[in-house]
Amino acid sequence: MVLSRSVGASIKRREDPRLVTGQGQYVDDVRLPGTLYMAFVRSPHAHARVGRIDATAALQQPGVAAVFTHADCALALTTHAALNPEKPPPPHPVLAGDRVRFVGEAVAVVLADDRYVARDAADLVEVEYEPLPAAASMQAALAEGAPLVHDDYPGNVYMKMQRNQGDIEAAFRQAARVVRLDIFNQRVNSLPMEPRAALAEYRRYDETLTLWSSNQVPHTLRSEVAKLLDMPESRVRVIAPDVGGGFGSKLNVYPEEVLTAWAAKRLGRPVKWVEERRESLLTLSHGRGQIDEIEAAVAADGKILGLRARVVGDLGAHLLLFTALIPVLTINMLVGPYDIPVVASELTEVFTHCAPTDAHRGAGRPEATFLLERLMDRIAAELGLDPADVRRRNFVQPGQFPYTSAVGSVYDSGNYPAALDKALEVVGYRALREEQRRLRAQGRYLGIGLGSYVELTGVGPSRGFGAPVWEAAVVRAEPDGTVTVMCGAPSQGQGHETSFAQLVAGELGVPFESVRVLTGDTAVGVTGIGTFGSRSMPVAGGAIVGAAARVREKALQVAAALLEAAPEDLEYRDGQAMVRGQPGKVVTFQQIANAAYAAFMLPPEIEPGLEATMFFDPPNMTYPFGTHVCVVEVDPSSGEVQLLRFVAVDDAGRIINPLLAAGQIHGGIAQGIGQALYEEIVYDEQGQLRTASLMDYAIPTADKVPAYELDHTETPGTTNPLGAKGIGEAGTIGSTPAVVNAVLDALQPFGVTHIDMPLKPERIWQAIRGRQAGAQDAAVVEAAEEAPDTGEPRRVPPGQEGR
Amino acid sequence: MKLPIRVTVNGAPQAHEVEPRLLLVHYLRDVLGLTGAHVGCDTSQCGACTVLVDGQAVKSCTVLAVQTDGAEVTTIEGLAALGPTPPAPLPVREGGEDRHSQSPAPPFPTRERGPGGLGLHPLQQAFWDQHGLQCGYCTPGMIMAAYDLLRQHPRPSEAEIRHGLEGVLCRCTGYQHIVAAVQQAAEQLAAPAPPAS
Repeated sequence: MVLSRSVGASIKRREDPRLVTGQGQYVDDVRLPGTLYMAFVRSPHAHARVGRIDATAALQQPGVAAVFTHADCALALTTHAALNPEKPPPPHPVLAGDRVRFVGEAVAVVLADDRYVARDAADLVEVEYEPLPAAASMQAALAEGAPLVHDDYPGNVYMKMQRNQGDIEAAFRQAARVVRLDIFNQRVNSLPMEPRAALAEYRRYDETLTLWSSNQVPHTLRSEVAKLLDMPESRVRVIAPDVGGGFGSKLNVYPEEVLTAWAAKRLGRPVKWVEERRESLLTLSHGRGQIDEIEAAVAADGKILGLRARVVGDLGAHLLLFTALIPVLTINMLVGPYDIPVVASELTEVFTHCAPTDAHRGAGRPEATFLLERLMDRIAAELGLDPADVRRRNFVQPGQFPYTSAVGSVYDSGNYPAALDKALEVVGYRALREEQRRLRAQGRYLGIGLGSYVELTGVGPSRGFGAPVWEAAVVRAEPDGTVTVMCGAPSQGQGHETSFAQLVAGELGVPFESVRVLTGDTAVGVTGIGTFGSRSMPVAGGAIVGAAARVREKALQVAAALLEAAPEDLEYRDGQAMVRGQPGKVVTFQQIANAAYAAFMLPPEIEPGLEATMFFDPPNMTYPFGTHVCVVEVDPSSGEVQLLRFVAVDDAGRIINPLLAAGQIHGGIAQGIGQALYEEIVYDEQGQLRTASLMDYAIPTADKVPAYELDHTETPGTTNPLGAKGIGEAGTIGSTPAVVNAVLDALQPFGVTHIDMPLKPERIWQAIRGRQAGAQDAAVVEAAEEAPDTGEPRRVPPGQEGR
Repeated sequence: MKLPIRVTVNGAPQAHEVEPRLLLVHYLRDVLGLTGAHVGCDTSQCGACTVLVDGQAVKSCTVLAVQTDGAEVTTIEGLAALGPTPPAPLPVREGGEDRHSQSPAPPFPTRERGPGGLGLHPLQQAFWDQHGLQCGYCTPGMIMAAYDLLRQHPRPSEAEIRHGLEGVLCRCTGYQHIVAAVQQAAEQLAAPAPPAS
């Protein structure tokens, strides 16, 4: 591999000129004549039997073309994570049949020639419901006699999985202390600024369907739509044009996308659906949603001897593409960066009468990291140790790689103490602890929180993963010497048009400006999988440099013919092939490309043309890591948290574009702060969503986040040719525990040891009050301290807030 | 029943009959084909639809098209042609004809060009330079809001920038590079214009 100047450079994005001038093309910007707009009739009940549906009034509205229900379209989606080997996954109809299972589930669609008319008419569709009792939380779903989400799954349990290593009883017998922790990792919404949107056009004359969708996996969407519409894949084209953010939520095939395509085919007119934010909060896959009970057997020096974990994952009402896989990823990362030799884990996946969950930035790894990082701080507090020392004592050491963890993950490379030390140095840890002591004496509450993590990126190989997780790229030199790169991994803002071009410019030694990148269209001449799990550099990047290397090899053959030399006597440098030791004998890449297509100068054994394809299926995953440090001040009179500093030291191996990598980390941190302090999906007991608008669901605004201080270490990954590790999710994974640990560190003088996320001022204020009230009653304090697992003064049960 | 409106959009006079309930953002997008302003919510929180109406930033999902009858609307597509950010205060809107008669400010120097050779406003250039966008969906609204911010605070502090932009949500960038972009644009716009060459 030849990567040169362009790789590693902070090159400005070539996507931006169109996006800053309003010339971007998102799905709703694509306009086709004669388009019908589709609006949804959605269930107002979390669980109900569906009776008669009367569309008479809707159909009488001028401009309404059709109303469809389950009676018209009984298609059902398939999941790619059918993890229960004993039973088929429950059917997931695109329009509910005789039962609805969550508020917002689609019951009917209305198509009209104007988006306002479609919306009006949807309100005129009358649906008879017979409401049924709902199980709208994991606790409710697992309770004795709970209403069933799917009749075939008694107890609402989809599957249970145990993963154990070593003698857990012995580990606990040896423990100097047992540290216990209950975590509720609340549901959140990815909240891409562009809600979902789909536009479909069926052309009768050549029997082709084109579907534009705001989606991370256009090829997967194509396969599913073709299968469901009984069309050959070759006649279905999916385009994910400019996509306004995904964060995992668009790594899916949704009922709405399938219905848009189905209706366009059925009616012979283009059909467009644009999601409203309310719909998005109701039905876009939610992330997280886990209850974690952990128990650590700890030696007197803070070393963890064994870990017992019971994880309950909230699937929601249906299995989307990877719903059931996400909690498994928590188990895969259950020991994080720590050398914990003995583990007993049990995962229970449970259906609830809530929206389906699936990937959200981090997908399973943030949950594991959060419970471990809370555990580290709890161990430090209970043993009177410094939180940094506890982490250092437990880290997998640099000499242990490749490291096989007790739950079976093989970490390729890492140096966890180095990242921690650097983070502490950047933040000035010792001085901050001094400052904390000084301020506490003045009645000001500074908190310092650490979040160390390791996470898995670039899942693979396909045979190990049980799903296609390769990526493909075509690199084509055009006759004029410019280069077109086609890749199956589209961008939702990551900047692939820039970073992928850097890879090819580096490999071929051609100007960055001469390389064009095409993604997000199944018709551009490459197949693919998509963009998720921080795979763009480790997996798609591997395919791209592999294809470019093949082009370079072929270019050398062509050059040899042009220079009348043997290929082994040539060297290729800076976009030129030259005969070693003969300075004058040189041809440029442009001349080579020109000759490759002109073809008449080529010997018969060289095929005309200059392009190559590469499928890259990584031999294993690659594991980025780092340490984040957050510094906060908490105002105990209001519970307000001020984020004073945020230091992130991340190691994602080889960095292709530092500017874009910084952007990824910044955005990830902001989303992690969001989960820690602001964001939560709240259902009431009846399964009504109480956070169905941006008035109720708070994401960080510009004035709520600090200036981030970034640094990095560089430990190359070993499972892809670039040495790259994924950078897309790390920011979210490290930041949430760092923020929560900082707030709880600040509250240490109040004896507050736990608050459920998000740490809103009200909860913090209540927690401080609860403990202070208790302090006046010695008996209460003692009782609380004898049972450390219920140490929190007033734990607000999930979803019970504010009642 | 449709109502007639006359609006100047990005300097061009427009006349249409529209439904009274038609939102300005849908008028711009669906009637005029100016798709730079985006819709990201239904409760006026996200600000992706921010445009200028008579020089002031408004969320165009919260304004009816008929309310802009007689007004001058600038969208992200028209920002570069608008010239440098004018200093506050704005000319008072009096309802007369002559408020459109201001001659456009002289074009500012730009280092790079947008698609099709379009000029870039210093704010657009700065968002590009500073990696102030990722998915780009909030960007047009963010830039228009920043324009209004710089009109009111030509030399804003970091805190003023963060406060001034809190009405536009970005989910990708974590805001840091956006703040840097506004700082860069503020510096460029506050600097004396280089002599014309």
